[in-house]
Amino acid sequence: MKDSSFVIGGKSFASRLIVGTGKYRNNGEMVAAIRASRAEMVTVAVRRVDLDRSREEGILHYLDPSEFFLLPNTAGCYTVADALRYARLGRAAGLNDWIKLEVIGDERTLLPDTAATVEAAVELVADGFKVMAYTNDDLITALRLEDAGCVAVMPLASPIGSGLGVVNPYYIREIKRRLSVPIIVDAGVGTASDACMTMEQGVDGVLMNTAIAAADDPVGMARAMELAVRAGRDAYLAGRMQAREIAVPSSPTAGMLDRELN
Amino acid sequence: MTTSAQDEREAGTTGIGRGRQEVSIVLNGQPRAVEHGMSVRALLRHLELEPGMVVVEHNRRILARDALSDAQVREGDRIELVHFVGGG
Repeated sequence: MKDSSFVIGGKSFASRLIVGTGKYRNNGEMVAAIRASRAEMVTVAVRRVDLDRSREEGILHYLDPSEFFLLPNTAGCYTVADALRYARLGRAAGLNDWIKLEVIGDERTLLPDTAATVEAAVELVADGFKVMAYTNDDLITALRLEDAGCVAVMPLASPIGSGLGVVNPYYIREIKRRLSVPIIVDAGVGTASDACMTMEQGVDGVLMNTAIAAADDPVGMARAMELAVRAGRDAYLAGRMQAREIAVPSSPTAGMLDRELN
Repeated sequence: MTTSAQDEREAGTTGIGRGRQEVSIVLNGQPRAVEHGMSVRALLRHLELEPGMVVVEHNRRILARDALSDAQVREGDRIELVHFVGGG
């Protein structure tokens, strides 16, 4: 089956893999890994300028907005008010009016505050943002976020930075079945097989950061992730065989030697 | 504002504590003394920050880039300078 193009909020993207820019050992490695991933959309965070350190630490010194589509996030925000504030600061940088909305509800698990996320999404959509909302793997919240006007809904595979892979493939599939906007699994992918398996659920894309940045060789892992996302997508489109808990021979049972034919 | 008036204002406000009147502000959470009447644009220049690379929040209000020259720093102001960093 031929794949359709990957369109979010009216914009077409070349890759179904979206990557973050955090936690790399240095900026050179970050840029090399992102290029190797062949991702087009790349997330960034909004933070205070460190006035005591180098003035060159801003990520725009390393990532060219004409090469990558930079998606500001509201990571680290625990309230609706903070999320709106960070989103507006990100937009004021003048790149675009998109936002990866995160409203965190718990420090240990970094699970989203889903009620606050929906509330913030409504406000941001009304304010003209294209909202891509990070959320739990919860169908009802996903439906509310779609109703709120989000351009994409992004359920987690498992907690941010955990690398546990997709803990609930059924919930992810059900969210994909029930919503019309693109579904991007965001957070929890640990290695290439997780990314492949995620895409095999039929979702539109995957967003990851730590799985690449924290690998021993981020560039190598980025390359693996690019292949895995494409492999998982192709496998989904190709339609897998039915699994069954009994063997069925692949080779003919007829024509074996030393059998008497009469 | 004309370009020459803008240059004049910025030219006179490049230093901190050069005998002129100072005001206390809170800059990125830290108390700081800056020259009275300094524009936010001049403050960025003093800090060696490119206006195109940072976003300024002045007393909780986001300043558009073209408003940086007109915005003056006053006693007690709270200014946040933010930019994009790595994140997921």
